[in-house]
Amino acid sequence: MIDFFVSPFTDYVFLRRALMACIALALGCGPVGVLLVLRRMSLMGDALAHAILPGAAIGFLFGGLSLPAMGLGGFVVGFLVALLAGAISRFTILNEDASFAGFYLISLALGVLIVSTQGNQVDLMHILFGTVLAVDSISLLMVTSITSFSLFILALIYRPLLIECFDPGFLRVIGGWGSLYHFIFLILVALNLIAAFQALGTLMALGIMMLPAVSSRLWAQHVWSLFILSSLFAIMSGYFGLLLSYHLEWPSGPSIILIAGLIYGISLLFAPFGAIKQQQGMA
Amino acid sequence: MNHRSVPFWKSFKESHRTIHCISQGPISIDLQKLSIAYSRNTIISGLSCHFEAPALWAIAGPNGAGKSTFLKTLLGLQKSNTGKIIFRGFCPCDVAYLAQQNQLDRRFPLTVGDTIAMGLFREVGIFRRYTKEQREKMQVALEQVGLSSFAKTSLQTLSGGQFQRVLFARLILQNAPVIFLDEPFTGVDGRTIEDLMNLLHLWVKEGRLVIAVLHDLDLVQDHFSQTLLLARHFYKWGLTDHVLSKENMREAVTASRLWEETAGSA
Repeated sequence: MIDFFVSPFTDYVFLRRALMACIALALGCGPVGVLLVLRRMSLMGDALAHAILPGAAIGFLFGGLSLPAMGLGGFVVGFLVALLAGAISRFTILNEDASFAGFYLISLALGVLIVSTQGNQVDLMHILFGTVLAVDSISLLMVTSITSFSLFILALIYRPLLIECFDPGFLRVIGGWGSLYHFIFLILVALNLIAAFQALGTLMALGIMMLPAVSSRLWAQHVWSLFILSSLFAIMSGYFGLLLSYHLEWPSGPSIILIAGLIYGISLLFAPFGAIKQQQGMA
Repeated sequence: MNHRSVPFWKSFKESHRTIHCISQGPISIDLQKLSIAYSRNTIISGLSCHFEAPALWAIAGPNGAGKSTFLKTLLGLQKSNTGKIIFRGFCPCDVAYLAQQNQLDRRFPLTVGDTIAMGLFREVGIFRRYTKEQREKMQVALEQVGLSSFAKTSLQTLSGGQFQRVLFARLILQNAPVIFLDEPFTGVDGRTIEDLMNLLHLWVKEGRLVIAVLHDLDLVQDHFSQTLLLARHFYKWGLTDHVLSKENMREAVTASRLWEETAGSA
């Protein structure tokens, strides 16, 4: 048992680092993901995650495969795209989802183009699908800093942010600076996606945020319990995903996301607000 | 025709000049030649009228007559307009506003207590705890809407009527001198309408100005002493019995139809 569940992590430094990175990631992405789902901004998260790619690619040109360089580039470009898409939906007749979808496809194409002309196929695979097993101390420090920062800021603006999620019109009428909190929250989403980007790549970074969040919604009905459950599910996904990838020699990123998907599937069926219980309630 | 289009760059400039506040004097709202544009079409033009507290005003009119847009304009949420809105004795942030119910997610994971506590947001701010006095206020508000034992209940388990009662408890806690309601009784059971109507009458007795957009004319006739009948450029305001005469109603419907027929050509 111990051989199977614990030894891989005591034997190998790189696995230990990867596990730490996943736990740190889970603690930050859990609450942020829950709020993202509650605000019905899943698609926006998707767009943001993809918009990180061209920025990360530019960072890659200057710094190679280092998380700080790619992270900074990704953050700047991702955030610019989010602002631009928001502005476009405001000043034209396009809805936000349409303008986001447009932008993220362009971003994806541009990012892939930059990396594949300047680097090689392996680099591209790393950027698209992540390399959680290659996390070094600098990346680990960056991920843990982002998590600490996110949790601190969330605690700070918790009350108005929650009002903004539930009833944006209300906050606007009482003069509550609604768009400020919306803006801060967007920054947090972008930051956490950057943190997840090293582990899971641009294509799946959102998975560690969304899947645990939607799973937790099926179990609990308070925002605080959603936060805890979502982080817990994300930690479980990280741990079992790494274990799976070690024993079966599967790539680590997809393993983590598949475990998260498995938890989601189980929740869909058996959770208190899942399909079976709801059916029983109706009968 | 009466409508003209307002280019969007111009509408931004104009929005700042529309609402004026005068801190002295009894609580009232003065509208002078107010015109409101939406998607570059003028939907209300040249509206002048006067609301003074305490009073219970209904805003009635055919569907699509711009009633909700009118409320949003008073709140400063609808920017492209001309004319003057004068608030006397209160400022825009003293207004409590209840939007149409379907704009909220009724499955949002909050308890009834969390939701009504939002009404105290301006009082407690971002960080402070709720004092004992404020907790008592919340309990009183819940009792007033007939949900005294519901503080810990989740929103998602409530019926439509109960959900609306929760929003009214939040309005009570906002303790605002002026209250705007947009279709507050849509999708709400009869018993709840009765209870909430009593609450509206109580608010007026307390000296507040309550303005509600309603489509149910029977309700307006039974409970609202004063009405603003709104149909695009046609409007009448004053005592409900006079305003809702057959003649006026017919004219309102005609005005609204006429507008729809010509709107495409603008």
